Amino acid sequence: MEGTTVLGRLTWQPADVTGVVAETPRAKTIAFDVPGWAGHRAGQHLDVRLTADDGYQAERSYSIASAPDGTRVELTVVRIADGEVSPYLTDDLQPGDQIELRGPVGGYFVWEPPLGGPLLLVAGGSGIAPLMAMIRLRAAAGSDVDTRLLLSSRGWDDIIYREELERLNGHGLTVTHTLTMSQPPGWAGYARRVDAEMLAEVAPGPAERPLVYICGPTPFVEAAAQALVGLGYRPEAIKTERFGPTGS
Amino acid sequence: MDELMLDGNAVAGMLSEVFAVEITTAAMTCGNCGTSGAVGAMHVFRGAGIVMRCPDCGHAVAKIVDDGTRMWLNFGGMQALEVTR
Repeated sequence: MEGTTVLGRLTWQPADVTGVVAETPRAKTIAFDVPGWAGHRAGQHLDVRLTADDGYQAERSYSIASAPDGTRVELTVVRIADGEVSPYLTDDLQPGDQIELRGPVGGYFVWEPPLGGPLLLVAGGSGIAPLMAMIRLRAAAGSDVDTRLLLSSRGWDDIIYREELERLNGHGLTVTHTLTMSQPPGWAGYARRVDAEMLAEVAPGPAERPLVYICGPTPFVEAAAQALVGLGYRPEAIKTERFGPTGS
Repeated sequence: MDELMLDGNAVAGMLSEVFAVEITTAAMTCGNCGTSGAVGAMHVFRGAGIVMRCPDCGHAVAKIVDDGTRMWLNFGGMQALEVTR
């Protein structure tokens, strides 16, 4: 099967925090330098492990948001108020700190330029992260493959990577936003949850056989994937990455 | 629909400690309906352990429990796991 590579078994390895940037009021991007990082592919994720002073450990998976770039890895983390891991990552972590990572993992939810397109990328909230790795790789590689991004966010200020997406829009990339909970004055775009009608308007037609990547909370991914199958898209070309209940 | 459902991708990190090959693109054949699909496309449910279910028929194809020291893998619900070197 394509993309299968012998990796050797993975183990936990230390990662140094090199930067922390606020993306939205709830989301931060954390940049790491991972000595010995074997490199990753756009769409892959990694596991983060935190160890408390008493030895208690917690693990979470995060998609890698950065395009492949040596030993540098970026994660975008949304703060969950009652979360066990995300408040530490977004509130406490500072450049110079060290945590443990295991990865990269997952060769299934991956896009690389030789796979071509057209591409349909559908994201809910921080589900944009692995799709952003694909968009960044596409731009870095100078690819002009037809790419449609439909990004669902709560409001204008909650749009992760908003300015970078504005810059990258064009050259075959079309970015469409829907704002589900609040809209700025004069907003003329979509203002509802992703549905079949919206997907039909945004996506390349089924006859163009797009490669589809959907990432977001499980209910979001279920709704988008079912709507696309209903519209006649090939189920085997729809790849999904679910990250659990809304808000987690 | 179960809001806690995840994809086979979610267990890739754990399985990468056991398997020396990329596992989410490996093909798993369901022991109940015989449908074959990528491990990354399986439905994953987390509780005290992890249950991987066939996306077509819902049959439990694999169960995994990890206590931090030992990992217990039950692949009794699948017919085959096909990996590419």
